[in-house]
Amino acid sequence: MSDRSPFPAIPPGASLDENAGYFAHDADIGVVGRGATVEEAFVNCARAVFAISASPAAVQEVERFEVEFEEDDLELALVTWLNLLLPEARCRGLALCRFALERDGQRWHGAAWGEPWRPGIERGVEVKGATLTMLSVRQADGAWEARCVVDV
Amino acid sequence: MNTSQLHQDTPYRWTLAPGKDEQRAPVVLYASRGLLEGMDDKVLEQALNVARLPGIVGASMTMPDAHWGYGFPIGGVAAFDAEQGGIVSAGGVGFDISCGIRCLRTNLTGEELAPRARELADTLFRRIPAGVGEEGALRLSMSELDEMLAGGAAWAVARGFGSAGDLEFIEEHGTMRGAVPAYVSDLAKRRQHGEMGTLGSGNHYLEVQVVERIFDAAAAKAFGLREGQVVVSIHCGSRGLGHQIGTEFLVSMAKAAAAAGIHLPDRELACAPIRSEIGQRYLGAMRAGINCALANRQILTHLARESFAEVLPQSRLETLYDVSHNTCKAETHVVEGRKRELYVHRKGATRAFGPGHPEVPAPYRAVGQPVIIGGSMGTGSYILCGTAESEQAAFSSASHGAGRSMSRHQALKQWSGRQLVDELAARGILIRTRSMRGAAEEAPGAYKDVDDVAEATEKAGLARRVALVRPKVCVKG
Repeated sequence: MSDRSPFPAIPPGASLDENAGYFAHDADIGVVGRGATVEEAFVNCARAVFAISASPAAVQEVERFEVEFEEDDLELALVTWLNLLLPEARCRGLALCRFALERDGQRWHGAAWGEPWRPGIERGVEVKGATLTMLSVRQADGAWEARCVVDV
Repeated sequence: MNTSQLHQDTPYRWTLAPGKDEQRAPVVLYASRGLLEGMDDKVLEQALNVARLPGIVGASMTMPDAHWGYGFPIGGVAAFDAEQGGIVSAGGVGFDISCGIRCLRTNLTGEELAPRARELADTLFRRIPAGVGEEGALRLSMSELDEMLAGGAAWAVARGFGSAGDLEFIEEHGTMRGAVPAYVSDLAKRRQHGEMGTLGSGNHYLEVQVVERIFDAAAAKAFGLREGQVVVSIHCGSRGLGHQIGTEFLVSMAKAAAAAGIHLPDRELACAPIRSEIGQRYLGAMRAGINCALANRQILTHLARESFAEVLPQSRLETLYDVSHNTCKAETHVVEGRKRELYVHRKGATRAFGPGHPEVPAPYRAVGQPVIIGGSMGTGSYILCGTAESEQAAFSSASHGAGRSMSRHQALKQWSGRQLVDELAARGILIRTRSMRGAAEEAPGAYKDVDDVAEATEKAGLARRVALVRPKVCVKG
């Protein structure tokens, strides 16, 4: 997507790849996800969030869980998506590495893959939740970008 | 921060008078010029947004450690009057409800600690669950969780974690009244299932420190502090439960504010009238979150005592004080000569009642409430006491920490966690952490100068310095 992305490039030192990365915030961490669809942008936001706690390359797809919610406000949908994944991962004791999301109107259906924390997974920083700060979901030239600040 | 639009009242007090853009109250920033100029412009923008909220009384204030937060600035203080349509804001409390610092004084000296410091560091690290993915040994059923949410630290003491003597030295005597566990969601409770007695990560820590300097001999004597004494500080909050409460109410309050006709300049300022159903539900849930934090720090106190007993059997650890710095509390304050009940939001700010206040424990009442400014792991922290002046200045509030001067992302680019831990070890500061990324993000250089913050806090009249403590052992999440 980078060749035709209407959004400024995420600096190389602040990205997982061209579609998932970070922006600065004094106390916490800003996350960015981009994609051809809003669902893809949300998935990339989730990748950025969970990479703060553990490198996705170190996490295997051993367990899977699903989340569902209803929200017609796209910005609140982003926060809701992330804030369903975070406690569910915590309750299940999982580090996560892959995500999927589908949307039917205001109904959202997502899935996440990962494995229980083990010594071989280097610990990053715990993300406690997604906030409404610097929250935006926007579309330009057929591409989507989602961003918000997460609390660590 | 661009200070051109501010009026400097004193060397440590700056104001932006109301006048336009729906600003209902002045903005008052307490800081030295140097600290203020080092703050992001977002701090003023966020403080100004708070000044636009309904029912605000006095001013929207920031403490000398203020930095850009979410909705409210971190280091922000604002009081609201329910009788004047005042609001309660989930964003104004913050996500880590009742995050705070428990300070324990010991009967040990730095000389006694030094030869056992490494063993103590390893023991604390082994016994205290810290960091992402770590869980505590205590598992509570849903009914036990409800009891904990109603009882706070008193519940923990009843379960054998610590002694009744601790409770006198905790805000609210260890139990926040008005908690309604039924207003806390099942998901929030489920999230807390494995998190009781855990430290968390980010800027949370358990630190073993030595008193390096006494500023106020009378207050130090009242607090039981002397130079060379070992103290322990535990910085953490209500863990996943508190965050879940904040998250859930933030979204529902954002929707409720729109329905109540409250214009939010920033969605993160999500709030509801105090006298509304959602406002009351939030207060009940938030108070339960406070109890969760108080119980958590009580359990961690117990684990710290067990660790010390294993390594230094002669040690005795007594609670000096436990302060929370992410709260909204109903308090009585005198405004323009009249007593009023106000809902005081302190987000990254510490309550700092002055001498004679009935809420201050009897042994400290003559000098004022202990106030703790937690510094970074490589510098130092301060113990202060509340002043009478702070009541008029800031509804008896003071700074809570050094405050970040650099984003986590910038810190990651500048420091390597491993290198930082080694450098601190060479300076006699033992860091124990499971996350080198976390260590880099918490580099001392990413924080403001805690000496400047403490000095500005004193010179602004918010609290008076009592003691400076230096870190020797730090367990980080």
